[in-house]
Amino acid sequence: MNAPNKSGWKPEMNPAEDGMHNGPATVTGNRALMLEEPLLFEIGHAETTGVDLPEPPADAPNRLGGFDRAEPIGLVGLTEPETVRHYTRLSRQNYAIDLGLFPLGSCTMKHNPRLNEKVARMPGFADVHPLQPQSTIRGALEVINELAHWLIELTGMEGVAMSPKAGAHGELCGILCIRAALEARGDARKVVLVPESAHGTNPATAAFAGYEVEDIPATEDGRVDLAALKERLGPDVAAVMITNPNTCGLFERDMKAISDAVHEAGGFVYCDGANFNAIVGKVRPGDLGVDAMHINLHKTFSTPHGGGGPGSGPVVLSEALCPYGPLPFTARMKDGSVQLVEEENAAEFGHTDAFGRMTAFHGQMGMFTRALTYILSHGADGLKQVAEDAVLNANYVLRSLEDILHAPYAASGPCMHEALFGDKGFENGLSTLDLAKGMIDEGYHPMTVYFPLVVHGAMLVEPTETESKAALDEFIAAFRNVAERAKGGDEALKQAPYYAPRRRLDETQAARKPVLAWSDPNMA
Amino acid sequence: MRYLPLTDTDRGEMLAKVGAANIDDLFVDVPEEARLKGPIEGLPLHASEMAVEKHMRRLSKKNLAAADAAFFLGAGAYRHHVPASVDHIIQRGEFLTAYTPYQPEIAQGTLQMLFEFQTQVARLYGCAVANASMYDGSTACWEAVAMASRIARGKRKKVVLSGALHPHYAEVVKTMAKFTDDEIASAKPAIQAKPDNAGLIARIDENTSCVVVQYPDILGRIPDLAEIAEAAHEKGALLIAVNTEPVALGAIKSPGELGADIVVGEGQALGVGLQFGGPHLGLFAVRDEKHVRQMPGRLCGETVDAEGKRGFVLTLSTREQHIRREKATSNICTNSGLCALAFNVHMTLLGEKGLRRLAAENHRLACLTADRLAKVPGVTILNDTFFNEFTIRLGTDARQVVRDLADNGVLAGVSLGRLYPQVEEFADSLLVAVTETTSEEDIETLASALEEKLA
Repeated sequence: MNAPNKSGWKPEMNPAEDGMHNGPATVTGNRALMLEEPLLFEIGHAETTGVDLPEPPADAPNRLGGFDRAEPIGLVGLTEPETVRHYTRLSRQNYAIDLGLFPLGSCTMKHNPRLNEKVARMPGFADVHPLQPQSTIRGALEVINELAHWLIELTGMEGVAMSPKAGAHGELCGILCIRAALEARGDARKVVLVPESAHGTNPATAAFAGYEVEDIPATEDGRVDLAALKERLGPDVAAVMITNPNTCGLFERDMKAISDAVHEAGGFVYCDGANFNAIVGKVRPGDLGVDAMHINLHKTFSTPHGGGGPGSGPVVLSEALCPYGPLPFTARMKDGSVQLVEEENAAEFGHTDAFGRMTAFHGQMGMFTRALTYILSHGADGLKQVAEDAVLNANYVLRSLEDILHAPYAASGPCMHEALFGDKGFENGLSTLDLAKGMIDEGYHPMTVYFPLVVHGAMLVEPTETESKAALDEFIAAFRNVAERAKGGDEALKQAPYYAPRRRLDETQAARKPVLAWSDPNMA
Repeated sequence: MRYLPLTDTDRGEMLAKVGAANIDDLFVDVPEEARLKGPIEGLPLHASEMAVEKHMRRLSKKNLAAADAAFFLGAGAYRHHVPASVDHIIQRGEFLTAYTPYQPEIAQGTLQMLFEFQTQVARLYGCAVANASMYDGSTACWEAVAMASRIARGKRKKVVLSGALHPHYAEVVKTMAKFTDDEIASAKPAIQAKPDNAGLIARIDENTSCVVVQYPDILGRIPDLAEIAEAAHEKGALLIAVNTEPVALGAIKSPGELGADIVVGEGQALGVGLQFGGPHLGLFAVRDEKHVRQMPGRLCGETVDAEGKRGFVLTLSTREQHIRREKATSNICTNSGLCALAFNVHMTLLGEKGLRRLAAENHRLACLTADRLAKVPGVTILNDTFFNEFTIRLGTDARQVVRDLADNGVLAGVSLGRLYPQVEEFADSLLVAVTETTSEEDIETLASALEEKLA
């Protein structure tokens, strides 16, 4: 029944019927608009190309020094129509924010305005080389400086390092600033304190920067235990890394007291700014004593996540840390022009204590243009509304589901931009994962699962500000239904999803016997 | 407020549902004194799509786009023609607005693409396994050094950097090494026709964890990696090869084939575009599968679903920060997914035949350019070997020449004085990169402009 295509690739057998798909098997393995797609290597050919390029002349000059690549590389090509079809078919196997609510807590999946994309593609931004002479990149430098200005004002900080390539890279930048500042005063502190509710990148970052990491416990209401923190502070503590609002979706009420205590003990406060969208325009982290905080532009300022990146992680810095910020950066001159400060002219700008360079070139320009476009679209008033609507939407989800799902911190007051639930009360061994897979069948990307670690079977829901009440109501109804099934012990959930492009995938097999590249079965 | 769907009626109903009298009741945990009372002063209020577009277009016009100039810049970022379908596909919302594929059942599009991408990169690099992309070439370079240190388990501390490694890449490695036990041994770069392999090999010893060599190097020369690999392996060190121009590997031998253990590089040249330096695309591969568990970053692997159908998942995540926290192989969380897609699509359009032709055309035009520039009085071509980028000496401050030519719409190249402000003997050198986008007219424009300037 399986029809081989031109490469000999055979579509999989139709799955065993499960009562949900009562129809005849198809020859192709497709089901109307649910299309199977082979791997590129199974349909492409070494001789096929979708780009018109000249055949090299036989007498072409050669200055390769005898390093010519003789053997086949092993690549295959498709013509243009085949290429467009291959990737369009693949795209249809993805969930995306353009398809519906994407409630991933801590990841912040909000609408990605297409104006951002249009602007980022303007030739003056997209088709510009990072090492062009400064006279030819005035506008690009102004974009960086204008965005930097907004980030500084919105956070109440002194300066900003724009070059980090992603949130975790920004964390590293902030911690290295702290380390450089401590070393500059001859203070070799060894320990970074990280609360349990922090992002996993935080301890990894501190370790990568050469620090020992120690956990700080959470209180019963999901916040940093101030007493335990104060107890641990001392002359060996370089910094405390706090996520605020934290990963339980709660604002750290004691933030100012924490900062004061850390500063008094001679350390610095690093704030993970991944959740800045909850407070933008409402609170300035600088006013709470933060020394360094990265801002995930893709989260707060809507640059698309693109299936895992690129991100962008500028780091705002307090006055104490500014001298140590990495090169390059921009500076506005008295005449209003913006200058790029790099290795060659850092001394002219008095920036001689920079801890170094974190990346080639100047950071994620393509993300800067998108983020600035979003910021200008919202303005100072709109950004405040962003935080308010994000928080309102999250609280609406929390209060609409707390009667059916265990909400461990619901009693301690409002949540910020995300609502946290646990798996208490699930029957028949049903788990958070089963509920998540059940949500897939309802047409939703699942919420963040098993994070944060402090809550058993955690489910972290972040609706964001770009969801309407109607969209939330439908989501809540679906969530309620699946939660009721989990609490009622509905065994069918263990087999979910039923309607996704794939049923549950065997992750154990993938890790035990890793297959990380395609190999030609005929060559084996 | 066109992106915010809640109406005031909705807000009122929702506040009632959550039991709050007004929105500020939901911010009750924020200390009163820290709450902003109104919009931050000094920042503009919201603006229409038309107004924002106009503002951004005005800023865009203040830049000289590569397409509007005779353009010869390289040094780690290259201008190639990107087929229209690449941008079409990466703008499909299902790719553009998806997240990291944590739920594989509804992320097969991204995952299958990453699996194809890994295969393409591994083959291009002559390696067994590539990861699913990293931030950029320079950070991937540091991650490779950190990986070599992990493999050496701290017993070898010396990292030998070639003097001809991109200076920004070297800076990133040096910056990060300040905070680890690694000792960086880097040589002063030298202006000469051939790479100094002997000098590099002499610096490798029993304490060396890895040797980092760019291929082709920052001056455009093609070093003999096999010779360096043999010397490194003899001392028990790993060879890290760094490639900033993947198109070159359509013409020259792969680093893996020549014995490099870890191959990293920049993938920007295929599909991604210049973008003023970012986002770009870090490529990372290992020649030997035994090193896979020490690799940083995401990996996509093949598996089957509950019905036996082939599918793909992110795998070997026990190396990653969300499981191992402070013991993770790196703190990297994101990858450069959308840029990886652009690379994947561009590479698919090219295929083996197209990539080889593209490489041949780049090399042909570069040879043509070198021959034409050699005829300009005052210009000397430095390189014995090159792919699509080479160094010329002008006998005068190249930085000034570049600035002056830019005023006339000629972007002549990257002066080595810009890259190496502290190396006096580089001041008269200019790095010239040529791609298939360079026309014979552009070459003539550059040559005439230099003739006029150097006369």
